[in-house]
Amino acid sequence: MAGGMTYTAIESTQLSTSEIYGQALVELGREHPDVVALTADLAKSTKIGDFMKEFPDRFFNVGIAEQDMFGVAAGMARAGLVPFLSTFSQFASFRAADQLHTDLCYQNVNAKVIATHSGTSFGQAGSTHHAICDLAVTRSIPNLTVIVPADGYETYNAVKAAYATPGPFYLRINRGFDRVLYENSDYGFEIGKAVTVHEGTDLTVIACGSCVFQAVQAADFLEKAEGLKVRVLNMHTIKPLDKEAILKAVMDTRRIITVEDHSVLGGLGSAVAEVVVESGKGCAFKKLGANDKFAPIGLHEDIMADLGIDANGIIEAVREVMKKDFEEDDNWDDEM
Amino acid sequence: MSLSKAEWLALEKKVDELRNLTLDTTYWAGSGHIGGGMSVLDIMTVCYYKYMNIKVDDPQWADRDRFILSKGHAAVAYAPVLCDLGFNDKEMLKTFNLSGSKMGMHLDSNKVVGADASTGSLGHGLSIAVGTALAARVTGRKYMTFCVLGDGECDEGSNWEAAMTAAHYKVTNLISFVDRNKCMIDGRTEDVKNLEPFCDKWRAFGFIVKEIDGNNIKELCEAIDFAYENHANGGTQPVMIVCNTLKGCGIDFIEDDYTWHYGAFDDDRYNRGKKALAETYKKRVARAEKEGA
Repeated sequence: MAGGMTYTAIESTQLSTSEIYGQALVELGREHPDVVALTADLAKSTKIGDFMKEFPDRFFNVGIAEQDMFGVAAGMARAGLVPFLSTFSQFASFRAADQLHTDLCYQNVNAKVIATHSGTSFGQAGSTHHAICDLAVTRSIPNLTVIVPADGYETYNAVKAAYATPGPFYLRINRGFDRVLYENSDYGFEIGKAVTVHEGTDLTVIACGSCVFQAVQAADFLEKAEGLKVRVLNMHTIKPLDKEAILKAVMDTRRIITVEDHSVLGGLGSAVAEVVVESGKGCAFKKLGANDKFAPIGLHEDIMADLGIDANGIIEAVREVMKKDFEEDDNWDDEM
Repeated sequence: MSLSKAEWLALEKKVDELRNLTLDTTYWAGSGHIGGGMSVLDIMTVCYYKYMNIKVDDPQWADRDRFILSKGHAAVAYAPVLCDLGFNDKEMLKTFNLSGSKMGMHLDSNKVVGADASTGSLGHGLSIAVGTALAARVTGRKYMTFCVLGDGECDEGSNWEAAMTAAHYKVTNLISFVDRNKCMIDGRTEDVKNLEPFCDKWRAFGFIVKEIDGNNIKELCEAIDFAYENHANGGTQPVMIVCNTLKGCGIDFIEDDYTWHYGAFDDDRYNRGKKALAETYKKRVARAEKEGA
């Protein structure tokens, strides 16, 4: 049996998100001799074993030493390599936060952090291994691009885009078998551009990561059962944020719900709220996520239900926000 | 590379110039980390002016030797080096620490030409240096990486993570130093948090340790020569040169005084400091004349 924990939550013959990352990394390694991979004793858990086998001289396991890994990667990047560093999101964003901030971002080096087991996706491991504050930390660091892919295909696209774009990246992917949102990777992924994955004019759900699939499920249900037209935006890039898509959602639907496998403080919801408030436009608004509390222990899908960020939770939130009334702004159309 | 008397004397002259420039910079800035700047200057001078392969007209030359000043607060001494070498205009030193300057208390390597890393947050440099050294292995380049840590900085656990990585990967193209001036902000290192047995700690982490007088040019050269030979002869352990130094070295009235971690120089102190440096230079020239070959 391969090392790392096996997946029991959802049986699937498809590759897990991190296995797709591993595959994309091997492809990059074959194309580009400057790609190196680093990990902190999580080669197997982060599925970069194939890279290790194919490029043993370009693979570095620094042991359980995340701060060191970030520093080493910064040095390698300064010397012209393109390091991909993999560890769990919580350790990437908190244990090595000072190195992320200073060595990678202040120095503005070309290093790519692949933060796995994000959000509550390592459910049973508990809050020591959940990352529900990492977006709050990472999106506030200058120079850092922050991406939360919605599924394996998007992870593949994001890894390739990260290599193609100079500068430090934080890619936040899940532990295991994400529900698959896209049919293939050919849907026009572009850093900083939200993808409309469900059309709608009544309300906009802005989601990232594993919550995008849940939002689409909710939107499908609400359309069929209640005739509501819910737009779903896959906001895969948290920074730079697609302000245009958010403002368009404000204009078109005047009701926004954000959904993230993260605290409601400082992540996607806060980022979207900043844009909405600064626009000066009236908009009903609700953030879904961990409400300033640590998540319980359990299977990822059970925790998502508990936090209200699964399809059921989103459906309930949509119904609530649709009930909200607010004063019409007569000058609305003139200002935009 | 043995050290001739002429070379020794030339290095003494250079380090004296740099000590004066460091004092000037502290004076122009109003204050600075002069204590740790003066203690580390001999190490920096020997590295840059005797050993390192660099091209001032091509600062990002891929084959250049790297220098990572992990004790980034010694920028008040490092900036003079990078200006004296010609990477930056010496006039910039007059703006050190001032609003709008490219040179702050800790150097930004994206603004100050020649600085290989933006350090200042302690416990980062050795990891970065291991990274540049390992990168040479990946890319097949022959450059060496020099890294200087402070001793107080060694309280940070991340240094020891980096030490284990350096030893595990047998990073012998890295030459590391600790500026063991035995002082930190709150007191003497042994009072704040005991570092001893310091050399044994590095040995236990897989390094070959050379303990020397780090304010002695000749001893520095001998230790660095040893590290080069270790690398050239296929050594399997990285070398750590533990440099016993004096905080504030060269200015007698601030020497070995931890309260001079950071300090201000008014006109009177500046003039006394200049005289003290002149005295130090005389003594060091006499020693080089006597002991040099």
